[in-house]
Amino acid sequence: MRIGLLHSLIRKEEKLLIQEFRNRPGVELILIDDRQLILTPGQDGFSLDVLLERSINHSRALHALRWFESAGVRCINSSRVAFVCGNKLWTTEALSRRGIPQPRVKIAFTETSALQAMEELGYPVVLKPALGSWGRLLAKVNDRDAAEAILEHKTILGSYHHSIFYIQEYIEKRGRDIRSFVIGNECVAAIYRRSAHWITNTARGGQAENCPLTQDLRHISLQAARAVGGGVVAIDLFETENGLLVNEVNSTMEFKNSIHTTGIPIHRLIVDYVIAVARGGGGG
Amino acid sequence: MLTGLCPLCDARIQLEADVLPGELVECPECAMELEVVSTHPIRLAEAPQEEEDWGE
Repeated sequence: MRIGLLHSLIRKEEKLLIQEFRNRPGVELILIDDRQLILTPGQDGFSLDVLLERSINHSRALHALRWFESAGVRCINSSRVAFVCGNKLWTTEALSRRGIPQPRVKIAFTETSALQAMEELGYPVVLKPALGSWGRLLAKVNDRDAAEAILEHKTILGSYHHSIFYIQEYIEKRGRDIRSFVIGNECVAAIYRRSAHWITNTARGGQAENCPLTQDLRHISLQAARAVGGGVVAIDLFETENGLLVNEVNSTMEFKNSIHTTGIPIHRLIVDYVIAVARGGGGG
Repeated sequence: MLTGLCPLCDARIQLEADVLPGELVECPECAMELEVVSTHPIRLAEAPQEEEDWGE
């Protein structure tokens, strides 16, 4: 079978996946560097059985996935999943439609309405870019003075999409949150991300440690994965007195810090899933 | 084992035999993140700067 791997820079995750694919009998791996890719209308999709998307640029991934799908190639994840997970508004909307617990969120398009939305949620709130990752450009807004300043700065200094104000209630994490990993119909592992800072992303220095998979954690993780369209996703969750809340869902998940931490060979499980999908199965 | 030169500090960097074009490596001397731009011969360049839509 012919499996495509769409990539930009090859990070530790992509290297592990490539090595694993190359160890599998009957798999021909086609590496497609999105920086060298030229798409021509009418051409086929490289005669691939399946494409695994591992681009570092969300916009390139989204456009390339749509293109490959239109050429009849099954993609992991689908362009719909990339679209929903790549924009926090659509993630929130997808989770909300399925009734999946998440922090309270308001979305506004002007400084005035954003300020009103923050006041309605009650300070502190977290202002997030609708598009973005790795904990970048998050702002914890503690009071009205800070809100006015940040909103003005974003409106004047930011590009247009920084004026799509995604405002989330601040959840006190007590120094940690949870990231779970879903592959198809299985929640395969989870980590705690610990940090003294309120931003716990490992890209921002959060420390990973194994998190036992409880029934509740498995259940909400699978629900969230299905809500965004399934496939291979990572779910970020908050622990609260009222149970787990889904914060975000990531569609091109990073996992290099979690293989040793959890003892689960996440890269092998992804490869198993991709091969199963290429054979016409895989579910989820 | 293959070797390349850090374009910033000139350190000799050992690379795995299955190193790939596009692979990210870190210089053990100056900690700069580098991209393997060619494997025959080995050529290293400073890795691209993070862009706004980079992420997961």
